[in-house]
Amino acid sequence: KGADPQRTAFLLRKQWTLYSVTPLYRFSYAHLRDYARLLSACIAAEKQKGLAVEIGVELDVKVAVSSLPELKGSDQDQAAILVQLSSRSRASPKNSEEKLLWSGCFCCVSGENPAEKEPEDFTCLPLFLANGAESYTALVGSWFQKTFDCCFCRLAISPFNLSWMAAMWTGCKGDKTTCALELLFSVPCLPQPLDISYAVHPEDAKALWDTIQKTPGEVTQEEVDVFMDCLYSHFHRHFKIHLSATKLVKVSTAIASAHCEGIIKFLQSQYLTEVLMLLTELAIVHIQ
Amino acid sequence: MQRRQSSKTPKQSLQVHHKNQTDLSAWRKGGTTDSEKRVQDPQSSNDQKNDSKEDSLEQALSYFEKVQDRDSLKKSSVLQKHLATVESIALQRGLPPEGFNVLLNVALSGKLADTVNTRLLKSLIPASVIPETSVVSAVSWLCVSKCSSNIQLLFLRWLITVFDFIDHKEKLHAMYGFFFSFLQDEKLCPYVCHLLYLLTRKESVKPFRIRRLLDLQAKMGMQSHLQALLSLYKLFCPELVTITLPGKMKNYFKNSEGPWKAAINAVRRRNQQDSPVSQQLFLGTAQPQSRKRKWNTQLVIPASSTNRSNLEEDSKKSRVDLYSANETFPVEQLQTFPQLLQNIHRLEFPSQMGSVLTNPLLLHYMNCIKDESIYLRLYYWMGQTLQEECTWCVADNSQYEEEFKDFLGTIYKTECFLQEGFPSCEEFLYKSLPLWDGSCCRSQILRLVSWIPLSNFSEMKSHLYDPLAQLFFTSSLYFKCSVLESLKELLQNWLTWHVIQLDSESDTRVPSSNTTLSGLVNTVAELINFVGWISTVALRLEKKSTFLLYFILNFYEAVCDMYLRYNLPLLIMPPAGVFYPALLSMDSVSLNQLCYIMYRYRTNLVAAKENEQSKKKILQFKFSSQTYQQYNQYIVAMVGCLWTSTAFQKDIHPQGLRMDEELLKKTAVQEFKTSFNIVYHPAMMGFAVLFLQQVCPEDTTFNFSLIKGKMWNWYLEYLYTQGLKGLKVFIESSINRVSQASHSEAGD
Repeated sequence: KGADPQRTAFLLRKQWTLYSVTPLYRFSYAHLRDYARLLSACIAAEKQKGLAVEIGVELDVKVAVSSLPELKGSDQDQAAILVQLSSRSRASPKNSEEKLLWSGCFCCVSGENPAEKEPEDFTCLPLFLANGAESYTALVGSWFQKTFDCCFCRLAISPFNLSWMAAMWTGCKGDKTTCALELLFSVPCLPQPLDISYAVHPEDAKALWDTIQKTPGEVTQEEVDVFMDCLYSHFHRHFKIHLSATKLVKVSTAIASAHCEGIIKFLQSQYLTEVLMLLTELAIVHIQ
Repeated sequence: MQRRQSSKTPKQSLQVHHKNQTDLSAWRKGGTTDSEKRVQDPQSSNDQKNDSKEDSLEQALSYFEKVQDRDSLKKSSVLQKHLATVESIALQRGLPPEGFNVLLNVALSGKLADTVNTRLLKSLIPASVIPETSVVSAVSWLCVSKCSSNIQLLFLRWLITVFDFIDHKEKLHAMYGFFFSFLQDEKLCPYVCHLLYLLTRKESVKPFRIRRLLDLQAKMGMQSHLQALLSLYKLFCPELVTITLPGKMKNYFKNSEGPWKAAINAVRRRNQQDSPVSQQLFLGTAQPQSRKRKWNTQLVIPASSTNRSNLEEDSKKSRVDLYSANETFPVEQLQTFPQLLQNIHRLEFPSQMGSVLTNPLLLHYMNCIKDESIYLRLYYWMGQTLQEECTWCVADNSQYEEEFKDFLGTIYKTECFLQEGFPSCEEFLYKSLPLWDGSCCRSQILRLVSWIPLSNFSEMKSHLYDPLAQLFFTSSLYFKCSVLESLKELLQNWLTWHVIQLDSESDTRVPSSNTTLSGLVNTVAELINFVGWISTVALRLEKKSTFLLYFILNFYEAVCDMYLRYNLPLLIMPPAGVFYPALLSMDSVSLNQLCYIMYRYRTNLVAAKENEQSKKKILQFKFSSQTYQQYNQYIVAMVGCLWTSTAFQKDIHPQGLRMDEELLKKTAVQEFKTSFNIVYHPAMMGFAVLFLQQVCPEDTTFNFSLIKGKMWNWYLEYLYTQGLKGLKVFIESSINRVSQASHSEAGD
């Protein structure tokens, strides 16, 4: 269980922007090299609008499309797809160092009960993570939209789901490195934006959660509500501010940090699959 | 070289004249030579004249066929004469097909001076078609470069302009390579590109040609003509080349119409002949980008472009070339219905299914192809787009209301075209109606409601009826009418769907629908009951507005005929809250509509009863006796009101008109019994007045009691001529037998 740490390490300690993607039509794992060729020519053509580009020649931006079978939740899941753009400097010839410009990853990490069987001709990789300049995300995304008739949507994370993440990740055994549970709230309807940051020592948070959670390995909505309410009432006792009236914007823990605008940072490889599972679930809800 | 030198003299001497003729319009205006004077002659249809013209053209052609040496225009009056003849006839009637070979040969062979060649080329205006052979031999002259570059250029421009007049193009296609080689000439390049653009087929696109074009591009930079040709290459072979065109591009080619276009049109108009429609550029590759929006905005309906992910072809390239018959037809080229029919076997859906929404030809195709994946692709795309772009569900979207409106309108049009609703659209309505304010995109949303597919009631109630009712009761009269209208459409769509379903079942003898008949009957009944309920309330809220009543009765016009017209074993009478306001309406339109509806109810119920009694087949469904009972109550009330003047005694409906005699006397209304018959009814009194004016013009007292006996019958006839067809069918069906008796009664 769990992803091969070596092959998936690239996901760690980077900010990923989340998207949901509808099933890809007529995507074939046998043609990844062709896709890379077409995509790199498309990027070159887009960069120099109006000039045609021959497909298959060496271009400034190198595109690699590969599959990542390690990144999945169950055997029914399709292998993840990794797209990497790197720059090739013109001055130095081959074998010179390539600088990674942008990477994107399509994946489906579903839980024990896999989604219903997907229809023929469609590949379901509902979660897309992108790291790098947004202009490249736009180029790659548009190309996928055109080529595989799919739709990309920013995957925002609601405060409701953020509080789930806060509770679930608090319960996970962290590394020796202690990293506080940090919650960021924004106060609505103010002339000036006001953010409230609320950090809790990880051991205190864990102790609180352990008193709330009834069955290990299982989390209920009720427990999440109680956990957050406890944190809120503690805050109120000290600062006389009702956090329940504000909006939860960001959650950071030792496992990962998530922002409501759909940005995530994975911090621990051993919980990578779990986090991706939750995100896949959100993405599937979003495309249905 | 020699040729050029010798041609100098006439060129200089004729400079003024030449200038005059650079433009055909100028040529027509100016009147310096004999020939032009002839052109300007009043257009007589004199046969002699025509004959002589034909003779002179023949002479001119044979002269040009034989012309050997370099006759100078200045010196040779014969040349002058024949040239003028050709010019004038070309301008007036166009040249016959056989003339082109001769004239092209002489113009491109370099035998004559450039001025003459120019004038000849400019007068090559086809009367009907241009034979391909003449063009082929002209191209061979072009290849041996006997003529100057100006003439070459002029010839290419002419060829582009008259391309659609060439009778065959197979040999021209075979010379694709020759034309391609002219690309290296910088001056000719734009026109050669244009010509190649017209000639290019999928098999013309070769890797070496792409490389050549890319080299040219590297040399000359961004040139619109190269861009156009390269985008066409990309269209045919997306796996070999790619190009992104800047959004603003409009004209890809220099105007090459030159002097011919106007002349061709003039000749065509004169000859009253249809000519091939000029080929339109189909560069659909540059999508107009919606300003300032995100890259993944989905509101932009994609342009149809060929599916390029088909890479298997790539690996079997050579084989594909051999068996080019099974090639797919690029959707970008699909412009006409005949094209669709000819290529339907080798058509492929575009790479983005969303583009079918704006392409009626592809919608036709979609109607023929029953492929699950088509609907799934559309479902995913449309679901996401509606969800993400909805202006009242997503914050910050409100500025795009107009775009969203257009999008909803497009979906509605497509649904009408396909005659079915999209499931993604249904889901969107269910999700967004509870959040809707009832005003944003109102007409679009309400129209989409009419295409909601039939589903079970509990779903419909919580998702559709409840949110709709809330808005209905709190919104304007106009909104209420719009809702009723779209619910009527919804009912009709369901009923039509049911009829089609019945037909296909009887065809295949397999029950194909997953909706049982009883399920359908229940759902339809619930819709009708819902409309009955909101109509009753709305009539009270809107003080029995005639306008509202009209929409309500329209709905019941569909309901009263469900059994006979749509073969659905269900009839539901309108509630008393609708029936009585219509019966006592101040407006004859409503009353007439009600009469028609009651007549149709009667026809349907009688048919059902007969069917039931004859027991041809065991009926799964019977109308409840309650329906008959309700109908009878209504008919008693109606006849009592309009005809026998007994409504206040005989109406037995609990919400009806029955009133105690004592109470009626207290109202102090005289003759209260007759106050709702067809003479005194507030909706009818106007007719009675006009009738009396016509029958007894001298009587100004309006003595309505005169209308009885024979006059009663005349009055009826009068009413029928006034357009009250509903009243007519009602009286003839429901009262006729009674009428004999009541006649005497009324006549008493």
